[in-house]
Amino acid sequence: MAELREKAKILDDNDMRRAIARLAHEILEKNQGAQDLMLVGIRRRGIPLAQRLQEEITSIENVTVPVGELDITLYRDDLSMLGPHPIVHQTVIPKAVDGTTVVLVDDVIYTGRTVRAGLDALFDLGRPKAVQLCVLIDRGHRELPIRPDFTGKNVPTSQKEVIEVHVKEIDGEDAVYIMEKVENN
Amino acid sequence: MPKKGVQQMKHLLGIEELSKEDILYILNLATPMKDIILREVKKVPTLRGKIIATLFYEPSTRTKNSFELAAKLMSADLVSVGVSTSSVQKGESLKDTIYTLEAMGVDAIVIRHSRNGVPNYLSSFSHASIINAGDGQHEHPSQALLDLFTIQEHKGHIEGLKVLIVGDIMHSRVAKSNIYALNKLGAKVVVSGPPTLIPNEVREYAEICYSLDEAIKDVDVVNVLRLQLERQQTGLINSLQEYHRFYGLTSERVKHAKNDLLVLHPGPMNRGVEIDEDVAYSEKSAINEQVSNGVAVRMAIYYMLMGGKEQ
Repeated sequence: MAELREKAKILDDNDMRRAIARLAHEILEKNQGAQDLMLVGIRRRGIPLAQRLQEEITSIENVTVPVGELDITLYRDDLSMLGPHPIVHQTVIPKAVDGTTVVLVDDVIYTGRTVRAGLDALFDLGRPKAVQLCVLIDRGHRELPIRPDFTGKNVPTSQKEVIEVHVKEIDGEDAVYIMEKVENN
Repeated sequence: MPKKGVQQMKHLLGIEELSKEDILYILNLATPMKDIILREVKKVPTLRGKIIATLFYEPSTRTKNSFELAAKLMSADLVSVGVSTSSVQKGESLKDTIYTLEAMGVDAIVIRHSRNGVPNYLSSFSHASIINAGDGQHEHPSQALLDLFTIQEHKGHIEGLKVLIVGDIMHSRVAKSNIYALNKLGAKVVVSGPPTLIPNEVREYAEICYSLDEAIKDVDVVNVLRLQLERQQTGLINSLQEYHRFYGLTSERVKHAKNDLLVLHPGPMNRGVEIDEDVAYSEKSAINEQVSNGVAVRMAIYYMLMGGKEQ
């Protein structure tokens, strides 16, 4: 059985805070403010990250942008390859997406398939003016023509490695690790 | 031919076979499914490429349409076998009908039949998932699940509630499935109805109270069963008028119940027999909501049986 072993800690809590602060600035710069902006986190760890971006944007611009939660389980293309019966959670979007600029937020981008499913899920909810993508970690190995607009850190990885993003709200700490699969026995 | 899957659960035959966790899993899934029904684009791609067949050997509008709509909302393709216009009329056996559907690549078969245990029999050889949409006097699992989902939405929980089921307990598959499900989730069940229509064995699962006036006083939910009018011919009840006098849910009876009583009815209603119109359309009634919840629960059932598979 393959087990995961910590190979390196690539971001600690301060690194993460600075990366998110920079991402917030970049989002505001590209959109010339927070007008018609909505942050939509992809479940699960995209949601706390979207909330932190919201806080940063409030402290910079003094406006509170809405934050939504997107569950993409029903839109995945690999449902039959996952474990038994993944749980479906509710999608919560605070206001109509029509006419807004949606920034999709996720912790890691890898093959791009999650983002593809996220775009499908989003377009079933309405017609945003534009969609941008913000990720904390880009680990490469894309299988689809999808590229983030805002990236916290590029981390070249091998496909044997796994990126684990930890956030206080779920994991009790803020950190990003590279894990390595170890075959035991 | 569809591959013989190795899902955790391949068929939905009855509530009796489900665990508490299975039931809660379906109820939890039904909430995001209901969101899909309520939004503008009422469709998700989850079951794209799957085929679902409905095979109803008994008349039904609600259950059949609900299963069919649920399949469409999840992007499955649908084969609706009209039993009265199909080869069944030429004497094709049930087994051959299933083989025919399998040869067409059907992944799941939703079946209603007047004989107890038909879905169980089909599951013994079918490669497709078998979903019981009511078999004789045995079970009607999707109805019980949608009743529970409706109760949970209104009351916030099921455990500890007192639920009254009124009517023909003896012949009702809806009652049976509900009684199993409520017991598994820790609700207290009371049944009421004419003594001729309440089997003694139900004591194992429920309290019996032959007086509806007494029973209604302290329950949180009342589920009113449809009285099958043909029961009158068999002598089990004297007349519909008499049934209404003793067991009809009237606004007078509801006055003596708890203020937050929730009224359910699986439909179709016999107004003025088991339930009065003013009760059925009152604030306490969730009868129309049961219909939309039925679609959500059936989407959850499809997802459970066909959505995610073990590798």
